[in-house]
Amino acid sequence: MKVLVPVKRVVDANVKIRVKPDQSGVDLANVKMAMNPFDEIAVEEALRLREAGKATEVVAVSIGPAQAQETIRTALAMGADRGIHVAAEGTVEPLAVAKLLKAVADREQPGLIVMGKQAIDDDSNQTGQMLAALLGWPQGTFASKVAIGDGAVEVTREVDGGLQTLSLKLPAVITTDLRLNEPRYASLPNIMKAKKKTIDALTTAELGVDVTPRLTVEKTAPPPGRQGGVKVASVEELVAKLKEAGALA
Amino acid sequence: MTTLLLAEHDGKRLDDATARALSAAKALGAPVHVLVAGQDCAAVADAAAALDGVAKVLVADDARYAHALAEPVAALMVQLAPGYDALVAAATSSGKNVMPRVAALLDVMQVSDVIKVLGPDRFERPIYAGNAVQTVRSGDAKKVLTIRTAAFPSAAAGGAKAPVEPVQAAADPGLSSFAGEALSQSARPELGGAKAVVSGGRALGSAEKFKQYIEPLADALGAAVGASRAAVDAGYAPNDFQVGQTGKVVAPGLYVAVGISGAIQHLAGMKDSKIIVAINKDEEAPIFQVADFGLVGDLFDIVPKLTEAIAKARG
Ligand SMILES: Cc1cc2nc3c(=O)[nH]c(=O)nc-3n(C[C@H](O)[C@H](O)[C@H](O)COP(=O)(O)OP(=O)(O)OC[C@H]3O[C@@H](n4cnc5c(N)ncnc54)[C@H](O)[C@@H]3O)c2cc1C
Ligand SMILES: Nc1ncnc2c1ncn2[C@@H]1O[C@H](COP(=O)(O)O)[C@@H](O)[C@H]1O
Repeated sequence: MKVLVPVKRVVDANVKIRVKPDQSGVDLANVKMAMNPFDEIAVEEALRLREAGKATEVVAVSIGPAQAQETIRTALAMGADRGIHVAAEGTVEPLAVAKLLKAVADREQPGLIVMGKQAIDDDSNQTGQMLAALLGWPQGTFASKVAIGDGAVEVTREVDGGLQTLSLKLPAVITTDLRLNEPRYASLPNIMKAKKKTIDALTTAELGVDVTPRLTVEKTAPPPGRQGGVKVASVEELVAKLKEAGALA
Repeated sequence: MTTLLLAEHDGKRLDDATARALSAAKALGAPVHVLVAGQDCAAVADAAAALDGVAKVLVADDARYAHALAEPVAALMVQLAPGYDALVAAATSSGKNVMPRVAALLDVMQVSDVIKVLGPDRFERPIYAGNAVQTVRSGDAKKVLTIRTAAFPSAAAGGAKAPVEPVQAAADPGLSSFAGEALSQSARPELGGAKAVVSGGRALGSAEKFKQYIEPLADALGAAVGASRAAVDAGYAPNDFQVGQTGKVVAPGLYVAVGISGAIQHLAGMKDSKIIVAINKDEEAPIFQVADFGLVGDLFDIVPKLTEAIAKARG
């Protein structure tokens, strides 16, 4: 079984971003970029399936500018077998990403797609569900455990009330949650090896997808600020202040 | 112009998330119908009919909706979609699971986690863990929205009852089946709608200490219990306690962060709380920057004293 893993290049999770003064967007000049953390978890899961003999090939795919190839390289250095880069400039919304990924899946015919639950830049949490819909496949979102069976996969999901386990017919789309696994670091030899692996190049036109955004972003503003930073000296003072603020009613 | 709101429930009880999402749905300016999809869910439909501003309740009562699986529920919403201009759900784990599937089937770009409705096609939503807020205009003919419940008040209940109508189940794609669940049992308030939340972090050091220190303080305050990702990853608290960018977003009247450093991802889930209290032994911890009242010191020393003092103050 082939596993397809969509990976997105995003601002590193440790960076506190700044909004541009003219509110036209987020300032990304010279900001450290990385693979979306949930996608690292997805790559790791796919690799573990291959190592357990449940998968035969792991293909990483990314949609974005030329630099998205670096993100694919990261996946290859972790151990993915090959990559696919779909060149696209500017904002590609989750719906368009899902359409492009569907077109890639139609060509590649994977038995499973494992991807992140959420990109930490747009925080959309949509693409996996949309892709599953467009493919007519079942979806196992927010996965904390994946067990491949015969023609089906059991997915344990992190839900608001606790955990839920579903059985999905294969092929299926799975989106990862934080506790699915702990992604490995790429070793130096594997980073070297990754340089020789192939990354196929595709365009949105070749895949026949119109990526024109459906949402117009009118402005991007900083969130309302908070006046914090006040310290109290003791438990007694804290309780008095809370009482005064009506927080102990 | 009509809006369809997907109800959040467990088969027996209508979740408060629905009443909050209803406030956003009403702000679109059109009559709101509530869809209750479930099995033996008459009580839920009844509760939805009593919410202020609901024009009609549609009930799809069928075994295929018993566990709110994404594939059959999305198929149902798509079947009903021609009669609606907007399809809305709370951004709960269930709403987040189902709605993008609906959106893709309708060829609509969903607007996730709406925090403000500016008009029928203009919305505010947070990006980058809430460090920026986008104003977006949707050019799609239909709108598909998920609503951040912490950003909207619950619509009131108890007015005149809206009519309740059964609707036909949609063909079940039969792609997935329910295999089990392990739900947290607790007599404490739920995180989502709680008036107060006490959250513990990595500093607690073990599940036993988390229980021993965080729970009594929560009980003294009548609060729900939350946790940082580090505390959940370490097994001190269950996954559904996680507050943050990728967990639950809460905005209670009082949020008490105990032994939590205040990473961007954690702040994303609680920084809209009315009053924030932080207890941390590191006076430089970023959590203090958002705290209305910060107390520097050892939590193992402070928390028992605070628990006692609050219990006394609240009688
Ligand atoms: C993709 C991604 C998503 C994430 N999503 C979330 C999320 O949704 N929610 C979330 O919370 N995090 C999330 N994180 C993790 C986040 O970045 C932090 O790692 C996490 O919040 C840290 O948890 P913590 O504050 O409990 O632990 P730490 O950062 O280790 O902080 C522990 C604090 O306890 C203090 N302390 C230690 N001992 C004591 C004592 N005896 N008394 C008092 N204070 C003490 C220390 O000074 C320190 O400030 C995410 C990270 C990534 C990459
Ligand atoms: N441009 C992209 N290229 C590859 N994968 C993507 C892209 N955008 C989103 N994804 C995948 O979709 C997941 C969810 O993203 P989102 O719906 O934007 O929150 C991510 O974790 C990725 O796995």
